[in-house]
Amino acid sequence: MANYSTSEFKGGLKIMQDGEPCSIVENEMVKPGKGQAFNRVKIRKLISGKVVEKTFKSGESVEGADVIELELSYLYNDGEFWHFMNNETFEQVPADAKAVGDAEKWLVEQDVCTLILWEGKPISVQPPNFVELEITETDPGLKGDTAGTGGKPATLSTGAVVRVPLFVQIGEVIKVDTRSGEYVSRVQK
Amino acid sequence: MSWRPDASWSMLQQRADLFKSVRQFFENRGVTEVDTHLLSQYGVTDVHLKNLSTEFSQPLPSGTNTLYLQTSPEFAMKRLVAAYQQDIYQLSHVVRDDEVGRYHNPEFTLLEWYRIGFDDNALINEVSQLLSETCGAPPIVERSYQQCFLETLKLDPLTPDGIEGIRQHLESVPALTDWMQKETDASTILQVAFSECIEPTFTKNVPQCVTRFPVEQAALARVDESDPRVAKRFEVYYQGVELANGYHELTDAVEQTRRFQDDNRHRVTNKQPQMAADKRLISALESGLPDCAGVALGFDRLLMIKSGAKHISEVLPFTTNNA
Repeated sequence: MANYSTSEFKGGLKIMQDGEPCSIVENEMVKPGKGQAFNRVKIRKLISGKVVEKTFKSGESVEGADVIELELSYLYNDGEFWHFMNNETFEQVPADAKAVGDAEKWLVEQDVCTLILWEGKPISVQPPNFVELEITETDPGLKGDTAGTGGKPATLSTGAVVRVPLFVQIGEVIKVDTRSGEYVSRVQK
Repeated sequence: MSWRPDASWSMLQQRADLFKSVRQFFENRGVTEVDTHLLSQYGVTDVHLKNLSTEFSQPLPSGTNTLYLQTSPEFAMKRLVAAYQQDIYQLSHVVRDDEVGRYHNPEFTLLEWYRIGFDDNALINEVSQLLSETCGAPPIVERSYQQCFLETLKLDPLTPDGIEGIRQHLESVPALTDWMQKETDASTILQVAFSECIEPTFTKNVPQCVTRFPVEQAALARVDESDPRVAKRFEVYYQGVELANGYHELTDAVEQTRRFQDDNRHRVTNKQPQMAADKRLISALESGLPDCAGVALGFDRLLMIKSGAKHISEVLPFTTNNA
C-alpha cells in the first residue's frame, strides 16, 4: 500500500493507525513563522467507529489503508453471515456479526447498504438512512389519537424496537430513520 | 469555471483603508517606503521555510539560472539599511512553499520595517502603537518565553531538565504520544509545546508579546548579553493569531555565517536540501549594519483581525487556489 505524506492529508483519505484502518475527517496545518510545522488531524477509526485526534510532524509519512467503500444490496442471513451482492457484477460478499454490528436490526432484503472493505473483507455495514419495516408487536392503541402524543414501543420484523404514535397498529409498515432510530411516518401499502 | 474573487468588495475597501493607514503611520514617523525584489539568486537556509523557485531562460552573470521567490524581504532590506543607514518599511508580496490553511496562503503580504538605533523594546513599543493606530488595539502585554512556560506548565524551557519535563508532558497528551515518544530535538519539543500549551492561554483581545526566545531559536536576532541562553527576538500574538516576529538585529557577519552553517547542518539531519547562504547579505554585514531592530508583520492577518474574518481567503482578492 502507498505511503502518504502529511501534505497529502485531506478529508476522506484512508490511512493505517495503531494497526487499524482509519479515515481522515479533518486536517489543519499549524505553522509558526519560525518553527516546526505540524498537522492537527481528526481521524475516524473504521472498525470501532471512534473519532480520535492526532498530531503529526509535517513531512512525515504514514501507511495508506487498503480500504474501499461499496454500495451493495442485502440478500439474506444464513445464521452466521449476512450476504450482500454487488448489483453490477453480481459478486456476493459475506459480512460477519462484528462487521454488521448494530446495523443488523435495520437490514431489509434488497436495500442498498454501504460496506467498508479492508483488504477485501467487510469491516463495517451502514444501512440506508431510511428503512421501511412491518410492526410485529405493539399494544393496541387508542382509536382517534391522531395527534401522536405520548407514543408506545413497537417491535419491528427485524427485532428493532422503536417508539411509535398510539394510533399505529400491528401489521402496518412504518418508515424509520436508522441514524436516530426514530419513527418517521406510516407507509401506505 | 469559477472566476469570482475570494474577498467581497467591502473587504477590499477595508484592505485599501488599512494600506492607507499603515502608510500614514510610517509617514508620520519619517520612515521611507521601499520595494525590493521578489526574485533572488539566494533563498533562505531557515530549516522551517521552503522557497519556491523558478528558472530564468539564460544564466545570470553569476552562472546560475535558478531564482528563488523571496520568503521575506529581510535580506534585501538589511542591505539597504547597511548601504544608506535609513529607516525603511515595505509592504510586499512574499511566497512560501507548503503553507496553506486557515491563516496561510502560499503568497501573502508582509509588512516589514527597520529602525536604526532601536532595540527590541523600542520596536515592541512601536508595534504596539501600530496596532493601536490601525486597529484600535489596547497596549501590548509583554512576557518572556521562560515566564510563559513557568506560569503555564511550571517547567523551565531554558534547562535540559525542564525541556525533558515538557517532552514528558506532551507525551501524556494522547494526540501527541506517538510523536513525542521519539522526538529528541529540543527546539521542536519547545515549538510544539508553545503552539499546543502556551498560545491557547493567551488573552485574545489584548496583543501579547513574547520576548527573549531560547538562543537555539534566535533566527537573526542578537544574543542577550545579560543572559546568553536567550536571544533578543520577540513574537506578537493577537486574537489567537501569530502576527509579527522581530529582532534586535544580529549585525555580526561571523556569527551570521555560523548560524547559516548551523541551519544547513540541521537540513542535512532532516534530509532537506542545503541552501547556499546569501553572500551579499554577509558582505553587507561585514561592511557594517548599523545597530537596528526590525520586524515582519502579516498584513493579511492584521486585516483578518481588524475585520473579524475567519479565514485568510476572506481578505485576499484571489487565493492561490483561485489564482
